[in-house]
Amino acid sequence: MSTSAAHLEHAHDPALQHHFHTKEQQFDTSKIGMWLFLTTEILLFGGLFVGFALMQQKYPDAFLAAHHHLDRTLGALNTVVLLVSSFTMVMAVWAAQTNRKKLLIALLIATMACAFIFLGVKYFEYSHKFHEGLLPGKFYSHEGDTVPNQFVFFSFYFMMTGLHGFHILGGIVAISWLLVRAIRGDFGSGYYTPVDLVGLYWHLVDMIWIYLFPLLYLIQ
Amino acid sequence: MSHNENSHTASAPKAYAATLAALLVLTAITVAAAGIHFGSSSINVVIALGIATVKASLVALVFMHLRHDKPVNAIIAVSGFLFLALLLAYCIIDIDTRKQLVPYTAKVPVKAAVAAKK
Repeated sequence: MSTSAAHLEHAHDPALQHHFHTKEQQFDTSKIGMWLFLTTEILLFGGLFVGFALMQQKYPDAFLAAHHHLDRTLGALNTVVLLVSSFTMVMAVWAAQTNRKKLLIALLIATMACAFIFLGVKYFEYSHKFHEGLLPGKFYSHEGDTVPNQFVFFSFYFMMTGLHGFHILGGIVAISWLLVRAIRGDFGSGYYTPVDLVGLYWHLVDMIWIYLFPLLYLIQ
Repeated sequence: MSHNENSHTASAPKAYAATLAALLVLTAITVAAAGIHFGSSSINVVIALGIATVKASLVALVFMHLRHDKPVNAIIAVSGFLFLALLLAYCIIDIDTRKQLVPYTAKVPVKAAVAAKK
């Protein structure tokens, strides 16, 4: 148990919650919690990746033919956009750590801007596919296919990029909340945990796209 | 706050910028390599996934601070990928050791459905 002197020290720091001994322990615990959640996300998307791998083994020609409908340039652009957003996000964490409030706000806005650009490009890609009838599963209505079963590829394409897109949307919501708190002045070298944790989530979303891009867009 | 941050904080932006540059270069390499035929088609997948893993490792170690954190975070992250590998391995073993694949909508027992297919 904490000594009375340590208890007095705790009482002065508003960011330290009572069930933790030190700020460091509180921060470490939060991080572990976030990493455990990220591990569940790895398995969530992982299940889809496993399904994709098995179905590609079963219908290799269909996957090869189907992926030609995807625009590699747009996919590469989205990859670059997300990598830049990861950079702005980790710099935002650094800004919070070093009490640079204005920079923190600017970088959070930059990260959100990149996220919106990503979603905009995806919206453009999706509407092009809807127009051509390249839809998942039973909704597939594309004419003139020489290779059958291409609908399987599009089932995975829409499920994986759609789920990923929802995660980007969730990230935008979380970063907006960080923005509100940053403007309020909640973050500084003494307390920047939420920025760090949302940053971890954002990097994972980027990592998932790092794997999605070559598997969906660059099949040989 | 965390004591392990202090020595790295001042030089962090340089490391982040260098990592971003490396990630962008690796992306360019991935796209370029996709256009080259290396022989069997599976090699392209291996190369693409290999480069993707390097990129993911850079993001994890530098952007996600696993380099400087306490090891427990890295252990948790790696365990996620280990369990994913387990999932993939068991699914592949399952599919590859089946003599016939019968649809789940079949209304007769598997043996009868397989006999009917023949």
